[in-house]
Parts: sequence; C-alpha cells; structure tokens
Amino acid sequence: MRVGRRWIELAAVAASVLVGQSNGFAASVENGKRVFMRVGCWQCHGMVGQGGVTGPKLAPGPIPFDALSTFVRSTNRAMPAYREQVLSNDDLADIYAYLQSIPKGPDPANIPLLNQ
Amino acid sequence: MTRHDAGLRIDRRKFLGAVAAAGAVSSTQGRTTPSTPENSTRAPSAPAPTARMAAAEVAIPPALRQAQARDGSDFMVDVIKTLDIDYLPSNPASSFRGLHESLINYGGNTKPEFLTCMHEESAVAMAHGYFKVAGKPLLSLCHGTVGLQHATMAIYNAWCDRVPVIVVGGNDLDAARRPPGVPTIHSAQDINALVRDFTKWDDTPVSLQHFAQSFVRAYKIAMTPPYGPIMISLDAGLQQEPIRENGESLYIPRYVPTAPPQGDSGAVAEAARLLAKAERPVLVVDRAARSANGVRLLVQLAEVLQAPVIDQGGRMNFPNTHHLNQTARGNELINQADVIIGLELTDYWGTVNAFIDNGEDGGSGLRESRIKENAKLISISSVELLTKSNYQDFQRFQVVDVSMAADAEATLPALIEAVKRVLPSDRSASERRGEDFRRAWATGRDRARAAAAVAWDASPISTARLSMELWAQIKGLDWSLVSSSGNISGWPNRLWSMERYYHWLGGSGGYGIGYGAPAAVGAALANREAGRFSVSIQADGDLMYAPGVLWTAARHQIPLLSVMHNNRGYHQEVMHIQRMSNRRNRVANLGKDGSPIGTAIENPDLDYAKLAASMGWWSMGPIKDASELTGAIKRAVEVVKAGEPALIDAWTQPR
Repeated sequence: MRVGRRWIELAAVAASVLVGQSNGFAASVENGKRVFMRVGCWQCHGMVGQGGVTGPKLAPGPIPFDALSTFVRSTNRAMPAYREQVLSNDDLADIYAYLQSIPKGPDPANIPLLNQ
Repeated sequence: MTRHDAGLRIDRRKFLGAVAAAGAVSSTQGRTTPSTPENSTRAPSAPAPTARMAAAEVAIPPALRQAQARDGSDFMVDVIKTLDIDYLPSNPASSFRGLHESLINYGGNTKPEFLTCMHEESAVAMAHGYFKVAGKPLLSLCHGTVGLQHATMAIYNAWCDRVPVIVVGGNDLDAARRPPGVPTIHSAQDINALVRDFTKWDDTPVSLQHFAQSFVRAYKIAMTPPYGPIMISLDAGLQQEPIRENGESLYIPRYVPTAPPQGDSGAVAEAARLLAKAERPVLVVDRAARSANGVRLLVQLAEVLQAPVIDQGGRMNFPNTHHLNQTARGNELINQADVIIGLELTDYWGTVNAFIDNGEDGGSGLRESRIKENAKLISISSVELLTKSNYQDFQRFQVVDVSMAADAEATLPALIEAVKRVLPSDRSASERRGEDFRRAWATGRDRARAAAAVAWDASPISTARLSMELWAQIKGLDWSLVSSSGNISGWPNRLWSMERYYHWLGGSGGYGIGYGAPAAVGAALANREAGRFSVSIQADGDLMYAPGVLWTAARHQIPLLSVMHNNRGYHQEVMHIQRMSNRRNRVANLGKDGSPIGTAIENPDLDYAKLAASMGWWSMGPIKDASELTGAIKRAVEVVKAGEPALIDAWTQPR
C-alpha cells in the first residue's frame, strides 16, 4: 500500500518508529529508500542523504515536504529537475518518508576523531 | 632486383659524422697551422695568435666536460649523469636497448636507477608525482611508437599540470638498416609529432654531440617556469654506434638553470596599487606555489593585505590552518570582491563566472558573471608564455585589467614590497577585515565537523569518516598525502592540518584517469628519500587503468599506504547520465547494477585486497563497517613504516 501525499505529514512523524514493521508507513519508507536509489538521489546527496560537494544535505531533518517537492520539480536550475514521468508524486512522498526516517547522527562534539 | 654498389653507398650517419669531423679538423687547422715561407711574404690580415689565445681556442671550455665513454650510448649515459636524475621509470623496449644496456652496465644503474614499470603511462605518471615532491624531473624511456602511444595521456597530464618530465623515445630511423618486421612497424618518421601539441619542446638528435646539446637543452627548457614535459626521439642506430676513433671529441654542455620570468615592474606597481586600496581584495591561487618558498610568500602577501585566499588546489599553496584561508567561502567572496588577483589559474573565466550544466541556452548551459560590475581583475600567469593551439587547456578567454605573463612565485617578492610601499598608514580597516576572517575560519571548521558527523556510522563508509580515521593514525607522523584521486568531498583539505608544501600535491592537471595510482607511487618514492610517510586515497576506477604500478611499488620497495575510495563506479559519469536522463524525462536504465549502464564497477565486485596481495602488497579488505577501519589502518601504518606498501580496500559512499 502506498502513502498518498496528504498523509505525508503524519508519515513523517511516524515513519522513524515504524521502520521494519509490516504496515503501510513502513512500506513507504522502504519504497522511499528504493526509489531514492533508483532515481539517483544518492548520487549527489549520499546514500543516507548526508550531502557532499555535489549536493546539499537532505537528512536528517529534511526541509518541509512542500518545499522539497517544489524544488525537485523546478529546482534551482543547477540540479536536474525530476518530472512526474520520472518520479511520481507517490514515490516522491515515499522518498520524503525515507528521509524522515534517517536518524540523527552523533553530535560532532562527542566524536573524538572530529576533535583531534 | 636490389642493386648493391659498395663503392657508391653512403651511410647517412657516417656521412654526417664525417662532415662534422672534417669541419672541425678544417677549422682547427686553420687556426693553428704555422706560417710557411710561401705565405710569409704577405702581411697577415690579423696578428698571429698568442700561445694563450691559441690554447683558449682549442682547449675544452670550462662549461664543457670531455666524455670518457667509448660507445655511443655510453656517452649518452655520461650526458644523463651530469643532470643528477635519480630514477628512470620505464617499460623496456628494443628501440632503446643500446641506451638501456649502457645505463645498467656502463652507468651502474645509478643516477638514474631503472624502475621497472608495466605501462608507459604509469612510468610517466610516476615521474609526474615524483617531481611534485622532489622538485626534480625524472627521465622515462619508451618505445617510440607503441610505447609513446601508451605514454601520451600521462604526458598530457604533465603538460596541463605544468610538470617537467623528460621523455626519450627510441626510434629506428634508418629504413635501409633497421631490422625488418616488428622494429619497422614500431618506427616512424617523426615520433615526436604524436606529443608535439602538449610538450614544451622536442628534438631528434642525429649525432652524439647533437644528443648532448639536445638533452641538456631539454632539461633546461623543462625546468624553466612554466615547467613542462619535453620529448626526444632517439635513433636506435645512434645508440649502438661506437664513438669513432677519428679525432672526434665529444663534450657535454654544463647545465645552468634559467631564472624564472618576473612580472614587469610597471604592472607589478599597478597591481599593488589596486590591491592596497581595495576594500575587499581576494587572492585566488591554483599553481601559484612551485615550492615551499612559494607558500611562505603567499602567506606574506595575504597577511600584508589581510586578504582572504581561495585555494583552487593545483598545488599546496596556502596552509588550511591559516585564518585567511577562506577557500570554503570562495564564491561568496568572489561575488563581493572589488579586486581579485589570480595567480597561475587554470581557468580564470571559470573563477569569475558561473556555469550551470542545465541545458539552457540551446543546450550549452547557463553562464553568468559572478563578480561585481566594477571589480578589477589582475592575473599573473606563466602559462601565457607557452600557449599552443590544438588542445584547449588554455580555457575560455577572460578579460582582465592587469595581465602579467610571468611566473607568480618569482613575482611575489616584488609584489609584496610594492604593496607595502603603497598601503595606507592607517591599517584599521584591514585589521578589522582580518578579525572577521578569523571568526569566519573558526565557523567554517565547525560547519565542516558538523557535516562530517552526519553519516558518521553509515555503511558504505562515509568519505568523511574514512578521511578522519586515516588522519588519526598519520597526524603524528611527517606525512604526505601523495594522491587524492577520488572525489571525496575534499575532507582532507577541510579537516586535516595542511601546512607543509608536501602535505598536498594537487591533481593530475589533465583529468586523465589513471594518474592517481602511479603518481602516488612516484611521489612516495620521493618521500622515501626524505623519510616521510606517504598516504594515498585511491579511487577504484583510477587504479584499474593500470594496476601493474602496484607491482612496481612492491618490486622497488616504495612504502605507501593506499586506502581505497571504493565507490564501485565511475561516479562522475554516473551523475552525467542521470543529468541527461532527467533532462530528457527518462528514467536512467540501471541494468542489473545500482548505477546507469556503463558506469558501474560491480557485478562482479573487484577485490582490491587480493589484487594488491597478488603484486606483493600487504593488504586488508573489503571493509564495509566503519568501526573496523581503526584497527586496519593501524596495522597498515606499521607495515608502511617498515618500508613496504600496504593497501586497505574500503567500501565507501559515492562522494
């Protein structure tokens, strides 16, 4: 079962605790990860949305869905836009659920290797 | 039917040699023949030379040294040895067998020492990497046609990266004497034509004395900024001929370095005036520092002006621990600048303009200026002294206000003094600027740390984690990052402490893949002599172009820690295909892989640890869990400190 866009705010809250469970929200996260890889988001933004020199950080804590969706469809002219023929609204919503599910990393202040 | 006429046959080499010898004898006799009764009745047109003058005319000038050799290629070794060339990375070939034999037997295989390479591209790239640490060029021999064809991409990289490499290609010129079959297939009229577009100079010596001139001249040209590769076509027959016992005297010209070109004094003064009165001056540097002294001079200039430095990374130009290193804010500072000075930039246009590869403007992409309308641009670039037509490494044309065709490092002392002379006595504005940059530098480091933490425990391993695990084990050593051929989001430059000239060596220059591994081995060789620890972050695709260089490193005991950035793809091309697919509203065809067809390096997965082990390296991997890196790197560091190469295969995030 797919999650429609109207449900995404709820999914965003619920997704992180439902990962791995056999219900609709969990499926959306899994599908979101699959689509994230299939349509190439990972190529510039990293496999967990961490960002890099070629694309900004997407997760944890993605920007609001409406802002993300608008950007993906029209972009800042640098990122290639994703039209609906390539990425459906439902798949985009699932990607968002995946990004929401990515847990926050450790605090850099608590990583000894980053404080050498 | 072939006609043989021994009486009429003329050997071209012997003919040329005889002409040269006859000329020398003739002129010598003309100068030293004593007066005879027949000619003593006429007054001489000039006074007879004194004994001292006569001796000066026939003696060996102090700039020349008489050779001791008896064979032609032995003499060539005498010439080569005057230039203090340490190594000879080469793949063996019949067209230089004469010189090869002389180098290892007559020359004792020292200065230079033959390093057995498994590909000419690797050999030249080793010389490229070696120079960037040692500041001395190496000689590489190659088969004149097929070997040179292999070497060309590495020569192009050296050309674009302004690195001197001396390439000598064996060639059997004499169609009447060379062996038939393969040696003839491997001969050409003009092998140098293959690389003439991207070498500084080339020559085809036709006599031994000509070789001596050519080789010393080649060295001199290669080592005069802007540095660059040179090419000598060396006739196989000339190598194998004995030195004739007909009075021929061979001499070796003495090498005297050429002083690098400095900027015109008027242009330097104008540049200084613009910089000194600027409110927001910016220094952009690419290959500005040719040496440790260049780094010191750039720090002086930046501090005098309290101007930010944007380091484009062609060399280790500016310490990343200095508060005026504002590379991370490059575009923002260029947007705001009122005066920009570019020092040895590869691409000035790309520095002050934005290009977005988005298919606008009829498919060619968006182009727009990044700078303020009244911003003044200054350029010091030695490359303006050496521009060729065919290959487009000179980049898009950019108009600047002050342009100096000069070597930046050589010009910096005069520029610094000129700036000091015209700086306003009230330095409060520049001091405030400096304080702002101090705060911005600290903020930038914090941001980099925060970004590095985001995927800290991810699998595959994040490039930030890989870099910092490595840094933890080498920071206490005298280290040198000899290659960063993978695009790893610049983490070493962002979070390691890079202060010495050999901490960072820049890239390939020509972006020809296959440079990283051999250049790292060459640089590690130079570091070995200095007792430094060499570390490389090695891209998977780059290594697979010519992995035989791993064997060369093991064979010659070149210590190097190579940590794979194994992202299992040609990732730049992964993104290009995705971009084109999106632009055309199509889903990229992944086939059976995770990346568009033709861009993945998986199925089957390459086992780089086994590959390295098969060539004599200590190795470990593949490592996919970041928590396993610390132990692996610690063990590898000990292997390298003991003098051997070691490789760790780490599965990584794409960038």
